[in-house]
Amino acid sequence: MTTEQDFYADPSETSQGRVFTVTGQDWDSITEGLGDAAEERIVVNMGPQHPSTHGVLRLILEIEGETVTEARCGIGYLHTGIEKNMEYRTWVQGTTFCTRMDYLSPFFNEATYALGVERLLDIEDDIPEKASVMRVLLMELNRISSHLVAVATGGMEIGALTVMTMGFRERELVLDLFELITGLRMNHAFIRPGGVAQDLPPGALDEIRDFVALMKKRLPEYAALCNANPIFRARLENVGHLDLAGCLALGLSGPPLRATGYAWDLRKSEPYCGYEDYDFEVQTWDSSDAYGRFRIRLNEMWESLKLIEQAADRLADLEGAPVMVADKKIAWPSQLSIGSDGMGNSLDHIRHIMGESMEALIHHFKLVTEGFRVPPGQVYVPVESPRGELGAHVVSDGGTRPFRAHFRDPSFTNLQATSVMAEGGMIADVIVAIASIDPVMGGVDR
Amino acid sequence: MTEDNQGKTQDPSNDLVAGDQEISRAVGSRSGMFGVKGTGDTSGYGGLQSPTVYPDDAQRPYGGWFDEVADALETRLRETDLDAAIERVVVHRGEITFHVRREDLAFVAQMLRDDENLRFEFCAGVSGVNYPDDTGRELHAVYHLLSMTHNRRIRLEVSCPDADPHIPSLVSIYPTNDWHEREAWDMFGIQFDGHPAMTRILMPDDWPGHPQRKDYPLGGIPVEYKGGSVPPPDQRRSYN
Amino acid sequence: MGIEEKLPSGVLLTTVEGVAGYMRKASFWPATFGLACCAIEMMTSGGPKYDLARFGMEVFRASPRQADLLIVAGRVSNKMAPVLRQIYDQMAEPKWVLAMGVCASSGGMFNNYAIVQGVDHVVPVDMYLPGCPPRPEMLIDAIMKLHAQVQDTKLGSNRLAQIEELEAGALKALPTSQMRGLLR
Repeated sequence: MTTEQDFYADPSETSQGRVFTVTGQDWDSITEGLGDAAEERIVVNMGPQHPSTHGVLRLILEIEGETVTEARCGIGYLHTGIEKNMEYRTWVQGTTFCTRMDYLSPFFNEATYALGVERLLDIEDDIPEKASVMRVLLMELNRISSHLVAVATGGMEIGALTVMTMGFRERELVLDLFELITGLRMNHAFIRPGGVAQDLPPGALDEIRDFVALMKKRLPEYAALCNANPIFRARLENVGHLDLAGCLALGLSGPPLRATGYAWDLRKSEPYCGYEDYDFEVQTWDSSDAYGRFRIRLNEMWESLKLIEQAADRLADLEGAPVMVADKKIAWPSQLSIGSDGMGNSLDHIRHIMGESMEALIHHFKLVTEGFRVPPGQVYVPVESPRGELGAHVVSDGGTRPFRAHFRDPSFTNLQATSVMAEGGMIADVIVAIASIDPVMGGVDR
Repeated sequence: MTEDNQGKTQDPSNDLVAGDQEISRAVGSRSGMFGVKGTGDTSGYGGLQSPTVYPDDAQRPYGGWFDEVADALETRLRETDLDAAIERVVVHRGEITFHVRREDLAFVAQMLRDDENLRFEFCAGVSGVNYPDDTGRELHAVYHLLSMTHNRRIRLEVSCPDADPHIPSLVSIYPTNDWHEREAWDMFGIQFDGHPAMTRILMPDDWPGHPQRKDYPLGGIPVEYKGGSVPPPDQRRSYN
Repeated sequence: MGIEEKLPSGVLLTTVEGVAGYMRKASFWPATFGLACCAIEMMTSGGPKYDLARFGMEVFRASPRQADLLIVAGRVSNKMAPVLRQIYDQMAEPKWVLAMGVCASSGGMFNNYAIVQGVDHVVPVDMYLPGCPPRPEMLIDAIMKLHAQVQDTKLGSNRLAQIEELEAGALKALPTSQMRGLLR
């Protein structure tokens, strides 16, 4: 290397003309090199580590002045091999892996997987009512916390930091409820094939009702701060436009699809977990832009509150009802209880298997180490996650472990719309367009 | 246990390989119970053989709207002399799967999308599955299609042999499959002919192999701990 | 009112190391390196309830050039590892690395082809924080412990001697695989 070469901006001749690769802070050779160039074509590599790319998303933008002429996504920076890992664990252990995919909506990952395994086991009709109601309750709470993060990070990325602090303040309330019910703030692995892991703890319903009452006061704050805010509207309106035909072609679902005015919601069209018995409205908007998606998220939180109230009322009547399928070949043998060391098996159960019944001990051992077998076949049971259609393609070969579990994640599919939404627009609007899709990279890369 | 007794249970009605009943979908088999092979097995269960039997072909009527879809599909295929495009139809757990001949996949998908009786306008992507024991059809690509017009969901399954891993691309019909097909290529090595940019998507560009195939190891390392070492999950002894 | 009024003549004697350590720890600027679930908990730590600003840390820097703490929050894939190293290299000395969560610390439950089994394969780590994901309180606790470490960091030749001592100790330490005893 000679002294005339610049380590940070080394010009090289390619078939596309002269190319400068800038990685450092010395721009001298760029300005010199561009002095007599007739056209300038700048490729900006944004990410994978960037504060407003919504996770480890890499954007490759070709810009002309402030206008984006081409936008491409580079993904895979968070590829975790979760699907492959699940093939080496039992069916129940699979929930602990899939819950970590889309880390903002863990209950939806668990639910689609558990529903798939239950369909393969042919026990869909045997799931106790209380388990289904608890699933609905947890999923709707999760929808609120996920939408809050979507609104919060979306706000942060356009500079509205107050929206972010507010969003995280309210999300904390939901996480407190999760912690009360499941023991964990995130990554719960609570919805298991056959039901849910545990019954509601005492006092949970009161806490949930208090939360709903508080949220009814807090949600209008978001509307008051954002809905008619001229800066907010100027940043969001007519940005990231994608109409119905575009959404269908690119397979978009969730808020981007509903923002085109098409009321498609799997909770209504293919009800699961008993959603057909609840009273709620599918939220739509007719603007097909980022603002519409924001308003849909805000309105969906209201609908979720309605669903939570209904679920809480049902749970009040279901005190003491089972939360796991009755088949002892599938259900975890003992109820868990909170011991001094966190979560553990209940002492009554341990006394039973260790002191009273050899058969119960054998059964416990077999189910915990070997797990249950699932008949060969394949199923796909999608659920409406906060981001759209989330489905697990679960394949079994009759063994104790999944043969293949593939997750059709809405973030992955929706992110494909980046090029369509961003090209031809301003570079600042790329961020808004992506934030309006609300991709979660854990779900995109899995 | 004698040779001809293998794979039979005591109750003949549970017998998976009972008598002359032909099993069309036995793909591979599992042996033993505890994952121990050879002389290490003192349990006596090592000789157990049980074939892996996938759901068999469905017979008409399939029930419900399945017949309407199958009829519409067959009518259109007959018009174009492509009766053989649908190899098999499987109805299992209330879901219908059409196994499509791979050379006709694009035509079938186009028809499923455009025919007014079918109208499967939404594709939920491709899921690759690797069946190493399904000789000549090791790699499967599974498409989940949704008709929002009729609120119906079907599954298309296409297979290709390991030696010739080519399947026609559906990107021109369902643009959403762009990334999904790249993922299937990345993870399973299925090449989608006609895809505009068949490159890796999740793994680094220079990664060797296709990680989610069954012949690709999980790739974990042994975890060392005080006085002990725990092998990665795929090398541990486990039930099979 | 405070310590300054109790001083006899307004003069306080301490070492340069003590002052430098105090300055460094009291205005830690973390670089945002959010990857997965832990990143959300890291953002929560900066949010209103846990409020990292109490410890002079609310300025999450977007540019590694302005940061002195790299919180690796989440699982690092093989594809991300070079990026992580580049960001670490771009940070100005002195710099510290906090491996947040069990995936960053050791690979955790993802012992497979895709994930780097601990970011200490890529960058030197000063503080390991277990949990999946760790609670915001745990992150704050880890940062406080790192504060203590930063406060005690020596300068100049003392620092070289400290490094030598630490290295000698590490070389003498028994490898984990050769340790015997109960699995605990």
